[in-house]
Amino acid sequence: MSEFASGYLVAFFFWFSISFGCLGILMIQHLTGGHWGFGIRRPLEAAAKTLPLMLVLFIPIILLSHDIYPWSHEAEAAQLGNKAKYYLNIPFFVGRAVAYFIIWSGLAFILSKFSLEQDKTNSVDSAIDVAQKCRNVSGPGLLISALTITFASVDWLMSLDPHWFSTIYGILTIGGCLLNSFAFMIIVLSQVGNREAMKGYIGSKHFHDLGKLLLACVMLWGYFNLSQLLIIWSGNLPEETIWFIRRRGGGWEYVGPALILLHFAVPFFLLLNRSLKKKPHIIAMVAGFLMVMRLVDLFWLVQPEFHGGVISPTAVVVTIVSAGIIGAIWLGLFFKLLSSNPLLPLHDPYIQKEAIVHGGH
Amino acid sequence: MKDKKDIYGLMAEFDNPQAIVDATRATYKAGYRKVDAYSPFPIEELSEALEFHPKVQYIVLCGGIIGGLLGYGLQYWTSAVDYAINIGGRPLNSWVSFIPITFELTVLIGAFSGAIGMLILNGLPQPYHPVFNVPRFSTASSDRFFLCIEAIDPKFDRRATAEFLKSLGALEVTEVEP
Repeated sequence: MSEFASGYLVAFFFWFSISFGCLGILMIQHLTGGHWGFGIRRPLEAAAKTLPLMLVLFIPIILLSHDIYPWSHEAEAAQLGNKAKYYLNIPFFVGRAVAYFIIWSGLAFILSKFSLEQDKTNSVDSAIDVAQKCRNVSGPGLLISALTITFASVDWLMSLDPHWFSTIYGILTIGGCLLNSFAFMIIVLSQVGNREAMKGYIGSKHFHDLGKLLLACVMLWGYFNLSQLLIIWSGNLPEETIWFIRRRGGGWEYVGPALILLHFAVPFFLLLNRSLKKKPHIIAMVAGFLMVMRLVDLFWLVQPEFHGGVISPTAVVVTIVSAGIIGAIWLGLFFKLLSSNPLLPLHDPYIQKEAIVHGGH
Repeated sequence: MKDKKDIYGLMAEFDNPQAIVDATRATYKAGYRKVDAYSPFPIEELSEALEFHPKVQYIVLCGGIIGGLLGYGLQYWTSAVDYAINIGGRPLNSWVSFIPITFELTVLIGAFSGAIGMLILNGLPQPYHPVFNVPRFSTASSDRFFLCIEAIDPKFDRRATAEFLKSLGALEVTEVEP
């Protein structure tokens, strides 16, 4: 049963990270502006609005929690003492998850509502008012989201080993969410960029910008992971090093170096190339490859805590199958949400002019 | 009449960025190769129109790789070869702790190669350049755009080239003293 439960957790988190990451990028985009976000505003909103679906898909994790989380067993809880009594227990765990999803979904729906309101504005002044409302929500929203995802990553992933801790874990999760979301957005834009509504607005410049952001996320991922390893390596404390020691046998000793090579080195050198970033179909292929590596990285974060520390082929199959099933449901909802609204926020007062000037090239 | 070698080239003046980009494209298309364009601010399309392919990034890449190898090599040699010392039971080639310095030296040598390579490639500092003989050229630092076709271009012809530049919509075409 642990093969099924742990595989489902990996697949769940993979798709969740896109929903959440897109909400984060949406809020960053409202705050920073810039025409890189012009073409992906609506896809970001559609992806963020899938968050309530992720709450539904979280139910199996609650039901299977005894197969996933050691702290849900009484013997382990007794050993953990107050940590389990006040924090790592099923009722509070479920309550927190529901609270996170209410906060995130609320932000997604409020921002999407404002954005559609802006589509109906008739003057630049009223469009600027709406943009200001979006910023007012995004500032605090970004802060709250960063804090809640840190707790969520501790609850859902780090607590797989309730004795182990890493203070960079939350930010590591955020980096993974952003990377996965940018990769997904590049693929979406390469697919819908040719549509009639997008003609003349989306050009190689947008892919170049998104490609640069993807490169930044790849470097961020490498940087955070190195920081974690470097600190644990330097500290050399048994309660911390156990996490890496567990990943040095049972087949995992090949996965770690493979991640350094394929999740960091290869995409890093590929994405340095300027002309590659400007070609929609090629950058989309690199993005697709990175999404596969995201799944492998999540597998590496979760799976060594199960099956006696050996890679379980059953868990590999379960992960792929459940990622496919969740993906089909997720993408179905995503494209339904995307097609229910105009593809471009044409009334945005800040980026409209710039996009028309620079589009097409 | 002066011989073609008596002047450095012909300079055309434009008053907006789009005009100079269009003129540069047309000039390149007409077969002129010894061409340079001057603008008060960077215009990405202008470099493309000039078919200018910078090479400085390869120098930076080489510098970066050399810096990285030096950084790692220095640490490897000091900690694992010259003064091998066991620190907390870690391997002598403690690669994880070597990464920050390796990274720093990659960036340092890469940045130096970039700055020095840029100066070598663009020929700066250059105390004299003929384009400054055109009095109006000082406006290239504020609000005017200039396109200069040099006399050493095989296609260059004083009269025909001047006519050509005028036909591109230049506000003024001036001969540049050598």
